[in-house]
Amino acid sequence: MEAQQNNLADGQHSDTHSPGGAAHGSVKEYVLGLIISIVLTAIAFYVVMFEVVSPALTLAVILVTAVAQILVQLVFFLHMNTSSEQIWNTTSAAFIIIIVGILIVGSIWIMSHLNHNMMIGH
Amino acid sequence: MTTTADLQQQDQAHDHHHDTGGDTVFGFWIYIMSDCILFATLFATYAVMSTSFAGGITPKDLFDLNFVLGETALLLFSSFTFGMAMLYAHRKSMPGMITWLCITFALGVGFLAMELYEFHHFSTSGASPQTSGYWSAFYGLVATHGLHVTGGLIWMLVLFAHFKRDGFSKANMVRLACLSLFWHFLDVIWICVFSVVYLMGVL
Repeated sequence: MEAQQNNLADGQHSDTHSPGGAAHGSVKEYVLGLIISIVLTAIAFYVVMFEVVSPALTLAVILVTAVAQILVQLVFFLHMNTSSEQIWNTTSAAFIIIIVGILIVGSIWIMSHLNHNMMIGH
Repeated sequence: MTTTADLQQQDQAHDHHHDTGGDTVFGFWIYIMSDCILFATLFATYAVMSTSFAGGITPKDLFDLNFVLGETALLLFSSFTFGMAMLYAHRKSMPGMITWLCITFALGVGFLAMELYEFHHFSTSGASPQTSGYWSAFYGLVATHGLHVTGGLIWMLVLFAHFKRDGFSKANMVRLACLSLFWHFLDVIWICVFSVVYLMGVL
């Protein structure tokens, strides 16, 4: 009962049975998430600050490390997964990612075409 | 949320409060998802305005990546320390939770102080929100994130009072869980900000 209460309190950790055991496993989870995040952040800043690769590759590294770090934080810090307790959180997040994609890609697409057709900068 | 097991649980009166807590956290999650759309519009505006300098100063002249790395470290560690506070909250350890939450609060204040210093530095260096479309979009995006952090810090202060008064009550655990989601979410948004605004800005 107590474990269940804890599960619902933060809406996660379906596999926890006792607060002590869950806490032990999760410290590892948070530390792992932190270490991977630090490494990914360091890589992104390193390639930009020391200009080690070409600009195009630098851009690719920034994007890949950013997406990877977001996924790492969603899994290790926000504990997103596909368990029955979390499935609606994950489903709504997937929906929002689609909306955000349409919003950002659509805006850039429309505005670049607008600029092109208005011959701004030509 | 609507599995058969959950529905059966709802029938049992003594489990009613548990479901209420879970629903509250899920509802807060939906709010966070809608907040993603707010930030998406700001990022889209920023992307469209990314070269509209109107002959004014450009981000390449101003951005200091070492400084941004400092801000990033503060926010990343605060996300981690909030996780630690959650673990102590689950163990019902008040001193542990308060200690980690205080560290989180201090890191959050540090981040906000750095951001305000940066805004002041930029404004006095010729990059105020009125300078160009680019800087309007920059301040709009980064300051909205900063306002969210400010909101999170105020919420944390309120939670200190709640925990001091009621201890580890169910309602307080739900509040803490919601703030935890909010705080981690702000760190995720910051990843997008430093990648898109600062790192791409100096390319």
